[in-house]
Amino acid sequence: MLKLTETKEAKFSSELIAKFNAVLNGRYPTGKQKAGLLPILHLVQAEYGWLSSGVMDQVAEYLDIKPIEVYEVATFYTMFFLEPRGKYVFEVCRTGPCCLVGAEKIMDHLEKSLGVKEGEVTSDGLFSWRGVECLAACGTAPVLQIGPEYTYYEHLTEEKVDELIKELKNK
Amino acid sequence: MAQKLLLEHDHVPDIHTFDVYRGKGGYRAVEKAFKAMSPDEVLEEVKKSGLRGRGGAGFPTGMKWSFLAKPEGKPRYLVCNADESEPGTFKDRYLMTRLPHLLIEGMIVSSFALGANTSYIYVRGEMMPQIRILEKAIAEAKSAGFLGKNILGSGYDLDLFVQPGGGAYICGEETALLESLEGKRGNPRIKPPFPAIAGLWGCPTVVNNVESIAAVVPIINDGGDEYAKRGNGKSTGTKLISASGNLVKPGVYEIELGLPVEEFIYSEEYCGGIANGKKLKAVVAGGSSVPILPANLILKTATGNPRLMSYESLSDGGFQTGTMLGSGGFIAFDEDACIVRNTWNYTRFYHHESCGQCSPCREGTGWMEKVLHRLEHGHGKMSDIDLLVDVARKIEGNTICPLGDAAAWPVASAIRHFRDEFEWHVTHANEAMERNYVNGQ
Ligand SMILES: Cc1cc2nc3c(=O)[nH]c(=O)nc-3n(C[C@H](O)[C@H](O)[C@H](O)COP(=O)(O)O)c2cc1C
Ligand code: SF4
Ligand code: FES
Repeated sequence: MLKLTETKEAKFSSELIAKFNAVLNGRYPTGKQKAGLLPILHLVQAEYGWLSSGVMDQVAEYLDIKPIEVYEVATFYTMFFLEPRGKYVFEVCRTGPCCLVGAEKIMDHLEKSLGVKEGEVTSDGLFSWRGVECLAACGTAPVLQIGPEYTYYEHLTEEKVDELIKELKNK
Repeated sequence: MAQKLLLEHDHVPDIHTFDVYRGKGGYRAVEKAFKAMSPDEVLEEVKKSGLRGRGGAGFPTGMKWSFLAKPEGKPRYLVCNADESEPGTFKDRYLMTRLPHLLIEGMIVSSFALGANTSYIYVRGEMMPQIRILEKAIAEAKSAGFLGKNILGSGYDLDLFVQPGGGAYICGEETALLESLEGKRGNPRIKPPFPAIAGLWGCPTVVNNVESIAAVVPIINDGGDEYAKRGNGKSTGTKLISASGNLVKPGVYEIELGLPVEEFIYSEEYCGGIANGKKLKAVVAGGSSVPILPANLILKTATGNPRLMSYESLSDGGFQTGTMLGSGGFIAFDEDACIVRNTWNYTRFYHHESCGQCSPCREGTGWMEKVLHRLEHGHGKMSDIDLLVDVARKIEGNTICPLGDAAAWPVASAIRHFRDEFEWHVTHANEAMERNYVNGQ
């Protein structure tokens, strides 16, 4: 069962609201502003790292829809996190074509290097990792990406993963 | 070397910018259509080209466009399907990265033909880098006067927007995509009504794949007849193939339809053969959803003819000995690849991605995943193999959308052609139980 986590979030900043307004600006017909839900949830997750019920309620209020309409969407799509994750989430493709060229070894290596299981957060709060489905980069596999920019890291090797962890730690 | 129609300029530095793209003849199709053609004449050229949808189903694009209802007082929409999530498929991501203006140019000409004044490109959320590329390119096209009000003085207005998904393979199915674009869960709709009658917000809508829309550009530039001269029979034109797996040179290739599969795999111009000097064992030729074929059947049809990269040749022999071109996701397996582990992996994918609306799909994919997991991990029974065949058969054809079929076919075909490997996993439980990467790397 999926459950939502409640927190008391501060009100959205005016900068964030300005980004929401830019999404809705002329993009959808009058009265169809609900279509802005996915782009807005991405903006909110980029800001907070994950979606608490508190921020989802504020999204509902902004879009003038019911909170349940936000929850049912946030729980359907895999990119939205319903609980806190590491600052950097390594999302490694675990699907067939990537596995043909070593994706499973990359995941084993990440688990060892970070010292946490899939979905857990390292004690310094910096990292999480998980397997995700085909990222449309099978020709440059193995591959992972890291939000909120969702930059692709392709042709992965264990050494490249180690370098990436080091780089992010020093950032 | 076959002439390229889509990727002719993909390696030109900065071709993703408006100026460089324009310098290479970009936006000529818009000029031609807007200055010298009517919307119906554009549609006529697309019909003549014989272009078939590149998203997977291969439905003729011109025919799809001609079904679009045109009731008074309702807007019509063109929605580009850039959800590209079919395992093994990565050509649309490549095209949007390298040639965003080719897609935008195609969207402008296609929207004009359909009479749409607002169009959307729905891009899977994971492709945020591509979303940013497209948004920048759209802004460039707009300031150059190719989007917005009264384009090229034609009196025709078009706004083009990019919409992100949220991570869900099912949103590639066109009605799920429309639900998602409306800000809802991606549950496929029951059809009819088809989107051509009631699509986005209940209005007539055409949904087309990225590559289909890009192909409209050379079709308008050179004429539909010229496009139809390329290719083979009813497989006209060129096709982008995403090649992955155990190949020397995986990547995106533009081929002329009708190219022999053997040439595609082994020639230096394309994949350069199987990696690490190994032998070819099997191929999934059209994305994970199409039946897997063993090496002998992918290279030659059951009647001994060379197998060609075309809709007809790949499906020659039906599912007994053939497969489908699908999305052109060409996945090659070398002799060490484990078919059982791969089948389990695919089934986990479909179970994970099932939207859960129909019980045969929701329950059947989970059941198949469980049985395949136990076979792969050394506690399967001989009877599990026929159980899988039975479950797959009961899913096929009994669901709202084709994801159910897409989950059933890989399992049924793997057992059809590689039953001995499944049996080996039962008779050699201990060996099967060892941690076994898909191809032992
Ligand atoms: C489960 C499922 C996933 C699909 N994914 C995609 C996709 O990612 N991209 C795509 O263009 N078509 C996809 N399709 C096919 C679309 O439903 C639709 O047929 C296609 O977008 C039509 O475009 P075309 O005629 O240009 O090929 C998918 C279909 C199903 C059943
Ligand atoms: S077949 Fe599967 S994915 Fe398609 S509508 Fe039914 S449950 Fe959803
Ligand atoms: S299978 Fe990993 S990117 Fe496609």
